[in-house]
Amino acid sequence: MNQDIHIPALARVEGEGALTIRLKDGAVNEILLNIYEPPRFFEGFLHGRYFQDVPDITARICGICPVAYQMSSVQALEAALGVTISPDVRQLRQLLYCAEYIESHALHIYLLQAPDLVGYESAISLAADAPDLVKQALKLKKIGNDLLKTIGGRSVHPVNTCVGGFYRWPSVDAIRALVPDLEWALQASIDTVKWAATLKYPDFEQDYEFVALNRIDEYAIYEGDILSSKGKRISPLDFEKHYIETQVERSNALHSHTADNGTYFVGPLARLNLNYKKLRQVARETARGIGLKLPLRNPYKGLIARAIELVHSCDLAVELANAYQPQGPSFKEIKIRPGEGVGVSEAPRGLLYHRYVVDEQGLIRFARITPPTAQNFAQMEADLWTLAPAVVKQPQEEASLSFEHLLRSYDPCISCATHFLNLKIER
Amino acid sequence: MAKPSVAVYKFSSCDGCQLSILNLEDELLDLVGAIEIAYFLEARRLIQPAPYDIALVEGSVTTPHEAERIQEIRKQAKTLVTIGACATSGGIQALRNTANLDDLAMAVYEHPEYLHTLPTSTPISEHVKVDYELWGCPVNKYQLVEVIQALLQKRRPNLPTHSICLDCKRRGIACVIVVQGVPCLGPATRTGCGVLCPANGRGCYGCFGPAPNEDMKTVLATLAPVERFPGEVRGLLTNISNNAPAFRQAAESLPPAPIQTTGGQS
Repeated sequence: MNQDIHIPALARVEGEGALTIRLKDGAVNEILLNIYEPPRFFEGFLHGRYFQDVPDITARICGICPVAYQMSSVQALEAALGVTISPDVRQLRQLLYCAEYIESHALHIYLLQAPDLVGYESAISLAADAPDLVKQALKLKKIGNDLLKTIGGRSVHPVNTCVGGFYRWPSVDAIRALVPDLEWALQASIDTVKWAATLKYPDFEQDYEFVALNRIDEYAIYEGDILSSKGKRISPLDFEKHYIETQVERSNALHSHTADNGTYFVGPLARLNLNYKKLRQVARETARGIGLKLPLRNPYKGLIARAIELVHSCDLAVELANAYQPQGPSFKEIKIRPGEGVGVSEAPRGLLYHRYVVDEQGLIRFARITPPTAQNFAQMEADLWTLAPAVVKQPQEEASLSFEHLLRSYDPCISCATHFLNLKIER
Repeated sequence: MAKPSVAVYKFSSCDGCQLSILNLEDELLDLVGAIEIAYFLEARRLIQPAPYDIALVEGSVTTPHEAERIQEIRKQAKTLVTIGACATSGGIQALRNTANLDDLAMAVYEHPEYLHTLPTSTPISEHVKVDYELWGCPVNKYQLVEVIQALLQKRRPNLPTHSICLDCKRRGIACVIVVQGVPCLGPATRTGCGVLCPANGRGCYGCFGPAPNEDMKTVLATLAPVERFPGEVRGLLTNISNNAPAFRQAAESLPPAPIQTTGGQS
């Protein structure tokens, strides 16, 4: 094949991007991952806002993972304001995060990535031939959304999260009523892992540097230290020293590198590889059941990692929903003081870092948000370069699909990655 | 008879309103039985050629490319429906429209030549004729189904425009302004969300935009005495639906914020 490959609009990803592979004398000469999703300047809007507006505003960076944005922002602001949340608030936040993992992972596994693995252009077409599979996927996704709605009021941009806790405790009856559905979802997730193990994945392994949150006592999603597969462990407070963002031409998103200019990989594969032992027992048993060997170094197999995390999230959700019996007020009264704080959590797509400076009136003076997809861009490009020489020998349509599938397997959230730009202001 | 074709487009936005379509888990397979999803990048790779019967547009116009693209989309669609706060009023990102330092910020990007962005975020209706507007951040997915059904049945969609306040009264939800002394935009905000914020014990922040014909002066006079900190009411107005004229004008009538948003600098 001697033609350039141009994919003007990537399908089945969140947000907008294009990919061009230019050939010269049959060899790959240039790879352009063009992120044309427009920037929306969230860090600018946050400047001057009252701290309690922040979780409502940052949720709007991403319609698919608003909870992650709310969780990283409230933790950063609670650190800045010296607020300690109650154990019941932490548990309800974990349950809320489980809900987002269930809906987001079900969406990506079945509606966004799986069509590539089973040879369909979409789950809509797949539904014509495998209606039960797609119905199961939609039911699983719906259970996540129902839990989100019960805690947060609605599934996209929930309204109940505040700095200090929740505006109101959801009723015990409403949460408990979801348990049978969550138990069904747990079984459906186990089936999802078994099904995922039967799919044929492209042969592609790389020696990645995986980076994810890590905790001694749990599979780190809500909070943790930052651990790299190269052995480096840092406090979230030092994140910006070790992981550096730069602006890149042809892209409205920033790209992150490690301090020594290496690429790194965040997301479900990173979490699974680094934190496998902390998974819920049923998730580990399910993984053993399919003969899973770690580390998983094939980005396409992120789907298997997501499926295992689905099992974990459903099982944890069942336990937290059964134990839900909140005591005392749903939020801490906040005494405003000037300060600075960092918050990190694991969005379904990977590490999400927030840092804010608050002044004596409770107004935001500085905001920095580093989303997972911006951290993965450099790695995605590196993978495209590795993959390209073999793929460009394929016929045009097949080659396009191969490149698209690689990008989709990363579950890129382009809307998130272009929420802002890093600007230098000279005064 | 051929099924009506529907195209779903994204402009500057968070994807949340498109996701609301995929969140119609119980209805999605029936929906794709009744309509042809001819263009919906987030959901499918297959693209049917234009023209389309219905275009659903998410997001606001913030780049020169988007300003051109919406013209093309309008030409290709019989009926154009904006879905959500961004497409209908410019969205949260319209906060850049009133930013004082906008020109400065644009002038001092590290690499401004890499950027192609407009100084404003504008609703679709400022660029082309819009047939129906759905408010909300995100849209109410059942309102979206109602619009599609109405178009299929060749009738006008039933989209109520009364205020959130009335919904609270009907449902017997204690008024957060009266009982908790918390500012709430419910008296001025269009129905549609299901009274989420008052039901969760907090004030409404206007996701569904202004209810038509509400007297903003009276609303501001009601809210001023319950502000818990200076600028709280302005913060509600300058949030999701900040560029909707009724909210924008009401915000402009209040004292300015102590720190101006910078429209982009961090």
